[in-house]
Amino acid sequence: MSPQETSRNAMLSRIRTALGRREGQLPPPLPEIYLRPSRPNLSTFFACIERLNGKTFKAGSPAEALAYVAALVKGKSAVASNSTVLRDCGIAALEEVTCAGADKTVLRALCAESDIGISSADFGLADTGTLVMLSSHQEPRMISLLPPLHIAIIPENRIIGNLDELLTLLPAPVEQTSSMVLITGPSRTGDIEQILVRGVHGPGELHVVVI
Amino acid sequence: MAANHPEKLSTTLADANLQLAIYAGTGRLIDHRKNAIAGDLLPDYEDLRTHANLLKKHTIDNLDYYLEQVEQNVAAHGGKVVFCNDGTEVADFILNLAKQRGAKLIVKSKSMTTEELDLNERLEHHDLEAVETDLGEYIIQLAGVKPYHIVAPALHMTRYDVADIFTDKLGIEREVVPEKQTMIARAVLRQKFLAADIGITGANFVVADSGAVVVVENEGNARLTSSAPKIHIAVAGIEKLIPRAQDLSVFLKLLGRSATGQALTSYTSFLSGPRRQGEVDGPEEFYLILVDNGRTKLLADPDRRQSLYCIRCGACLNHCPVYRKIGGHSYPWVYSGPIGAVITPQFHGVGKDPWLPFASSLCGACAEVCPVKIDIPKLLLDLRADVTAHKKEQGESKMERFAFQVFAWVMRHPRVYALGGRVAAAFGPKGGEWLSSAPWFLNVAPVRGWLSQRDLPPPAAKSFRQIWRER
Amino acid sequence: MSNRASLFVTCIVDQLFPNVGVSMAAVLERIGWAIDFNPAQTCCGQPAFNSGYRAEARSVALHFLDVFRDAEYIVVPSGSCTSMITHHFSELFAAEPARLEEVRSLEKRVWEFSRFLLEVAKVEGVGASYGCVATYHDSCHALRELKIKSGPRLLLSKVKGLELREMEIAEECCGFGGTFSVKFAEVSGGMARTKIESIQKTGADVVVSIDSSCLMQLQGALHRAKLPVRTMHLAELLASR
Ligand code: SF4
Repeated sequence: MSPQETSRNAMLSRIRTALGRREGQLPPPLPEIYLRPSRPNLSTFFACIERLNGKTFKAGSPAEALAYVAALVKGKSAVASNSTVLRDCGIAALEEVTCAGADKTVLRALCAESDIGISSADFGLADTGTLVMLSSHQEPRMISLLPPLHIAIIPENRIIGNLDELLTLLPAPVEQTSSMVLITGPSRTGDIEQILVRGVHGPGELHVVVI
Repeated sequence: MAANHPEKLSTTLADANLQLAIYAGTGRLIDHRKNAIAGDLLPDYEDLRTHANLLKKHTIDNLDYYLEQVEQNVAAHGGKVVFCNDGTEVADFILNLAKQRGAKLIVKSKSMTTEELDLNERLEHHDLEAVETDLGEYIIQLAGVKPYHIVAPALHMTRYDVADIFTDKLGIEREVVPEKQTMIARAVLRQKFLAADIGITGANFVVADSGAVVVVENEGNARLTSSAPKIHIAVAGIEKLIPRAQDLSVFLKLLGRSATGQALTSYTSFLSGPRRQGEVDGPEEFYLILVDNGRTKLLADPDRRQSLYCIRCGACLNHCPVYRKIGGHSYPWVYSGPIGAVITPQFHGVGKDPWLPFASSLCGACAEVCPVKIDIPKLLLDLRADVTAHKKEQGESKMERFAFQVFAWVMRHPRVYALGGRVAAAFGPKGGEWLSSAPWFLNVAPVRGWLSQRDLPPPAAKSFRQIWRER
Repeated sequence: MSNRASLFVTCIVDQLFPNVGVSMAAVLERIGWAIDFNPAQTCCGQPAFNSGYRAEARSVALHFLDVFRDAEYIVVPSGSCTSMITHHFSELFAAEPARLEEVRSLEKRVWEFSRFLLEVAKVEGVGASYGCVATYHDSCHALRELKIKSGPRLLLSKVKGLELREMEIAEECCGFGGTFSVKFAEVSGGMARTKIESIQKTGADVVVSIDSSCLMQLQGALHRAKLPVRTMHLAELLASR
């Protein structure tokens, strides 16, 4: 047995002795699942984001979303995820925008240099103004993280009520991704005298566009 | 009666600026929490607490089962669970891995568990650079001190303290504006993130049915730590388990609000295993280190077990009038405040810091706000009984024990009790004035202790029982 | 229902603040209750219990059980002592089923004074009058273990001439904590001073509580700071006319 296995077995047997349990003994039934899904509401979603100093925009059409983004990226450098949402509204084709591609190293350098990261989001949680990001070939982790400004484009039918509804729709996120991140407002800290400062390590600015 | 508590306690009380910093800092956190659960903002707050408590109880009562479950599920997603008994085993594992992979630089995001294990010190000993990346943690790492508070590590520092530390350690020009200080840290740490070989995070929750860790933060440093380097190691105490992904909602709703008054913190990462086939980025390797380091000692007693329910929200510290006076560094271990006073003696033995369970007025503010309903005052009382039993075994505190035996005997003998009271009154000062100093025959430690802060009431000329008899 | 109440005059009240006991008796008699006082009573044992001396606390608790075996309503001018009896005696006899039974019966018969007035005697106004600006200090055990919050305030609101002003931190501990007050005197004193600041801000001239131990702490600190604010037990206010 390796030393690691020895530690493991010793720990588990200590625990069983202390708890008075046998190896392989099943636990009694779990307390029931406590989820209270709420109804989606776009204005709550926007209000929450704005309260956290995020910007919001309701685009009537993909073209409106494109125009909003185009104005933001003008004269700046931006990196966009491989999401079909971005492609469909033509954001990926903007002059200032480079697409993420599939190479981790290239992408990282790109994200580290870009002024703006543009992504989609898998869901929006209305009650808290939260973006739900599942890492995938379409959505790398770094785009919403390294650039100082993050723009998220999300179709309106993706706005759901709350975390409880998310976990009802997605009871096992690990089956789909190695990383699910809930983003609620810009990066912030209060570590110096609890003075709120935005944009510590993640983006200090957040724009959410709902189509 | 000597309490042999640390010097730090008195110096903290004597430092007016520090007193203000602690009181104001915790006060703001109290307000934030209150505003986040007030009125109908979270109508099922009490139900959530009850449920969180039930879930933690269930998990801890069946801990071995869920540990094995998480081990399997982490493996199923290409990661590995490593069980470690103590800090040495954790450090050995990481050092070994670093050596095999040729790693030199480690970035860390805030983790009380690694603080508890002195992990940074252990790693630096072997020429590995381990950099804290949470702003508060980074500041205190530069300053070379332990976290002052489990949620706000640099709670006790002002911007001027930070300016001094940055000038001294980073060799930069003095900067006193928090926004600018933050940007300085951002720039330094960004380079570290991009160059790091290993990222070490803690875990707020370890989800058994998913083989996942959940990390809650505001800055984005935990996301970077877990995603930028090739290797992600999450270090967690074995008590961090929860059974199901669907249980997360209960805990997340309570944690953010109790800690900082946030419905959800800026970032909540739910991570399982290394990056998958097809995903563009993320770590190549994922390890979850589950640490005992004394936790199993708390399992034997069904009542004491609840000490392990803690989700480290810090609310009990903020609301503790004692913490708010003596601050985080008066406590002997990295865990301060009420929860520190409860777990430290259980991890280290009651003989080590016997004063700790007594450093409480038992006001119960901690239990009132604890999101997982740990009965901290009860645990403190139980630990006090442990301490006196331990002292008896050691033959210590004989005077105190004798005093309480006399007390109990007198209280069982009403006549003696009544007489004793009247003798004190007969010798006591007349005139009904409160005393600001002790007459010679009352010059004993408890009276001196009382009088060091306040005036003392004189014994009544007639006790109630006398008055009643005479009426 | 017999209208007969047995007083438990806690040791602090008996020896240091007898007027609180006298006042409590006066109020109860005024509203038509007959009073018993069994002089065999002493203390609830809390000092020993809180200091970790369980055997000693248990022996005092046994004495208490004996003294009040036949009392139907036991009325106590203290939240802390009430809570010791109703919330902690059971812990002392956890392994003794027969005693535990006795404790369970006792728990139902013990009433903190303000709660007794409102829930047993069912009176809100007791015909008291006292001109002052008062602020109410929530004592910890009454508030958090007995959940007494609005009752005393309601009773105070019926006192003629009394204006009640809430302080900002009414629920914060005064710092007494039994032996804590002398073992950690500096901390305890600091807590008292924080509380006093908040009291002062209300402009009240009287601090009211239902626990004499808190009031001893606060009055001691007020005296030391040479502040003219007085402390009064709720019973004393309700007895005034
Ligand atoms: S004991 Fe409760 S209140 Fe204190 S930190 Fe832990 S969870 Fe939070």
